[in-house]
Amino acid sequence: MAYNYEKYIRKGRLPHIWCPGCGYGIIMKSMIRAIDAMGWSKDETVIASGIGCASRLPGYLDFNTLHTTHGRSLAFATGIKLANPELKIVALGGDGDMSAIGGNHFIHACRRNIDMTVIVFNNNIYGMTGGQYSPTTPLGAKATTAPYGMLEPDFDICKLAVAAGATFVGRSTSYHALPMEKLFKEAFSHKGLSVVEIIAGCPTGFGRKNNQKTPTSMLLWQKDHAVTKQMAEKMSAEELEGKFITGVLYHDTSKKEYVENYDAVTGFSEK
Amino acid sequence: MEKKRERKFLQGNDAVALGALYAGCKFYAGYPITPSTEVAERLAAWLPKNGGRFIQMEDEISAMAAVIGASLAGKKSLTATSGPGMSLKLENLGYGYMAEVPCVVLNVMRGGPSTGTPTGPGQADIMQARWGTHGDHPCIALTPSTVYEQFSQTVRAFNLAEKYRMPVIILSDEIIGHMREAIEVPLEGELEVIEREKPACAIDEYKPYDNSVLVPKMASFGQGYRYHVTGLNHDEYGFPTNSAKLIGLQEERLIKKVEENYDDIVQVEHFMCEDAEHIIFAFGSSARASKDAVLNLRKKGVKAGLLKPLTIWPFPDREISEYASKVKDITVVELSVGQSVREVSRAAGGRCNIKHIYKVDSKPISPVDIEKAVEG
Ligand SMILES: Cc1ncc(C[n+]2csc(CCOP(=O)(O)OP(=O)(O)O)c2C)c(N)n1
Ligand code: SF4
Ligand SMILES: [Mg+2]
Repeated sequence: MAYNYEKYIRKGRLPHIWCPGCGYGIIMKSMIRAIDAMGWSKDETVIASGIGCASRLPGYLDFNTLHTTHGRSLAFATGIKLANPELKIVALGGDGDMSAIGGNHFIHACRRNIDMTVIVFNNNIYGMTGGQYSPTTPLGAKATTAPYGMLEPDFDICKLAVAAGATFVGRSTSYHALPMEKLFKEAFSHKGLSVVEIIAGCPTGFGRKNNQKTPTSMLLWQKDHAVTKQMAEKMSAEELEGKFITGVLYHDTSKKEYVENYDAVTGFSEK
Repeated sequence: MEKKRERKFLQGNDAVALGALYAGCKFYAGYPITPSTEVAERLAAWLPKNGGRFIQMEDEISAMAAVIGASLAGKKSLTATSGPGMSLKLENLGYGYMAEVPCVVLNVMRGGPSTGTPTGPGQADIMQARWGTHGDHPCIALTPSTVYEQFSQTVRAFNLAEKYRMPVIILSDEIIGHMREAIEVPLEGELEVIEREKPACAIDEYKPYDNSVLVPKMASFGQGYRYHVTGLNHDEYGFPTNSAKLIGLQEERLIKKVEENYDDIVQVEHFMCEDAEHIIFAFGSSARASKDAVLNLRKKGVKAGLLKPLTIWPFPDREISEYASKVKDITVVELSVGQSVREVSRAAGGRCNIKHIYKVDSKPISPVDIEKAVEG
């Protein structure tokens, strides 16, 4: 039976702003199914975002929603969580939002280990402003501000998250709607800061310039280049060349969650 | 038994921290910077014992963001900073005005642009406070000049923030922030503490940005009114809009909620002004030296008085205008080459002489210099 998303979509807010063929709608649907499976009430759930195509998502969903400034959603979310730790928080944004202008907030949020989930919508490009290169644009790829090809090496968001201290890190793609939903559930269930990177196609800003002219070709590219962690373990370095690994990449339950620890150490009491 | 006020010998910055607790502040986020750091240090120790939480963020951009986030979740929130930090806060300060989120921002002004003189006073962030963040926006800024006022104006800043649903700036300076004075700490109930008005209407009737009132009620995240908050121009439900009508209504309401409440927001002190022929206009640390100057001038038979704004934004136009048509001159004293004198001249509208004395060499202005300026 088809899943009914209506309960979570705000009345009158659709159609969304996304281009036909954008990968983001698939992510939104997986998010909804995962939140529903968690049993989180709409009143106790906060979805925060920065600025960009990805960051328009919260406006469509019937939760407490916050569309902040470019790159800053994690800082706003930090304040929300410290003010009311009962709230369940998902903060999301694009690759530019989270790793360029918001990069500093991203690494420090990972380091603090506050209980929330960060979802990075990685389309390897600045979608909203029309296809300029981002910190995740692959070397050589074309962008409106990289007419000769991308000259800077790119970030691996998941490695960045692990190095910065995130306690749950995973990756999926917009092609893998069901594994993505499962990954979201695992991230939401984790106590501490979880990061999920979703590789998503931006046919308008990235595909057109980089020989992936149709949305389908972008999805197929994701299918062909994604390798699960289990598969990767059996593959050689040459075989892994050009591929990316999906699934749960890192999980650590030994580190203390920030707010719980703050309350215990400072003797915080609600007054 | 009647409770007696506690007498405390306090640093100006400590008084802000204590005033914040009095006002019911439950969250502080900041990034250390001289000469404001003591506020963070006090609240790091005091907040958890008073039902609140503290966090040192990675920079002032995120500190401002966290404070807005905490306020959206229903907690009164504070951040403190100085010059360079204030510059970084401006982005999200604008968000606070646009999304109408109450909070208090303390700028302990230091000297110079850029890193300037961290340990010297300045009063040159007046225009930054008013116009620093982009776009038309409202502004309320308070200027305490004693350690007691650091306390009482902090309480008032929280009250105004809650009442008008917007960030309120306190513009203190290095001298006021770092000086020590004895104050009598007001007992609970002695100073008014205003709490946020939350909606109680049916869920589907709630308009977080209702344009038919000046200040719509504000629900906390988690309270049951699920709404959308954005820095984009928005409709009455908080959703982004391109409707020229709605954009205009929303922008004008932001300005009007302050403009139309001038009497409630603007506070000035008149010191020996009744029969004055010469008015001195000064705030913050400059008001202290000016008060001495007035007393000395009076001894010499010069009829001088001090007009000391406790609210610098909205600018006390009406009070200045009134004196302008009565007195010979107004002498503006400030630690800036001319930010507040321009405003005073504008408000005086050519009806009296305007004199100006300033200093920007990291040292305060002495009463003697002020006396000379008034007499000269
Ligand atoms: C401070 C600031 N700088 C620049 C912009 C312009 N801007 C809006 S969205 C965006 C990039 C978005 O890219 P990304 O975060 O990858 O999100 P996407 O649109 O690809 O989903 C930029 C640069 C802005 N809104 N604010
Ligand atoms: S520009 Fe790209 S990211 Fe933005 S909506 Fe279009 S396809 Fe999606
Ligand atoms: Mg992007």
